[in-house]
Amino acid sequence: MEIPYTVAERPDTGLNNGKIGIWLFLASEVMLFGALFASYLMMRIGAAEWPRGDSILNVPLATLNTVILISSSVTMVMAWASLKRNDFGKFRLFMGGTVLLGFGFLIIKYIEYSAKFHHGLFPSTNTFLAIYFTLTGLHGLHVVGGMAVNAYFWGPGSKLWKTDPEHFTNRVENSGLFWHFVDLVWIFLFPVLYLL
Amino acid sequence: MAQHADIDRQVKTYILVFVSLMVLTMITVAVSRLHLPIAGAVAIALVVATVKGGLVASYFMHLISERKFIYWVLGFTVAFFLAVLLLPLWTHFEPITY
Repeated sequence: MEIPYTVAERPDTGLNNGKIGIWLFLASEVMLFGALFASYLMMRIGAAEWPRGDSILNVPLATLNTVILISSSVTMVMAWASLKRNDFGKFRLFMGGTVLLGFGFLIIKYIEYSAKFHHGLFPSTNTFLAIYFTLTGLHGLHVVGGMAVNAYFWGPGSKLWKTDPEHFTNRVENSGLFWHFVDLVWIFLFPVLYLL
Repeated sequence: MAQHADIDRQVKTYILVFVSLMVLTMITVAVSRLHLPIAGAVAIALVVATVKGGLVASYFMHLISERKFIYWVLGFTVAFFLAVLLLPLWTHFEPITY
């Protein structure tokens, strides 16, 4: 049985089903991170003392990660734009770049985490580190998930381009929406955890 | 052809947004080095982050020209997000006292 409205727009919503699906999923993701941000806020205002992020965390590395993630958002949207221009070669280039930049982000996160563990700083050390590891760890898992989907569309999933290019373009747009959301979460995590 | 020209225009916008995001990131880091009082620092950091998030959502996620259905979904999401964020604060500032 064929999945309906993968390319054509549903008459009632004016959207294809994939796009509605990803936006509803992102709405649930906003609530997931929202609950954790609320927890952060409650713990911070309830604490007798709260360290400035830059007294414990590595701001230059986090700034570099911000630059990497923003760059990966641009390569992601350029991958989609390349498909819209019927340029599959450029799509492969930009999508490959997006996956590699995601990988770079994770390597830097690994360096950051390793340094913390090396200095005896764990989630159990204090409340600040507990919420830091929870928020960045969950965000890191989202980066891994986004990379897996993007790598699939770069590799085996791209076969769809030959048979149904519009459907494939819509799929890439939807994976892009998730990837941009991951970037957006980091845009708020960076100042909240590292700079304030 | 018209669609290609449209995409070319969008690509130019993406590059502009990318440059703006980089500049705003540098501003965020520079302001944090001034060690402003916490209220001012939080306000500036959140305003800059909201502008950056707005640029990503509007242009990279195409929310600037999206269908009404998506706006409704996001409208509800924003309302519940604010409730999750602000209701616990309300209990903090107005605790039940015995």
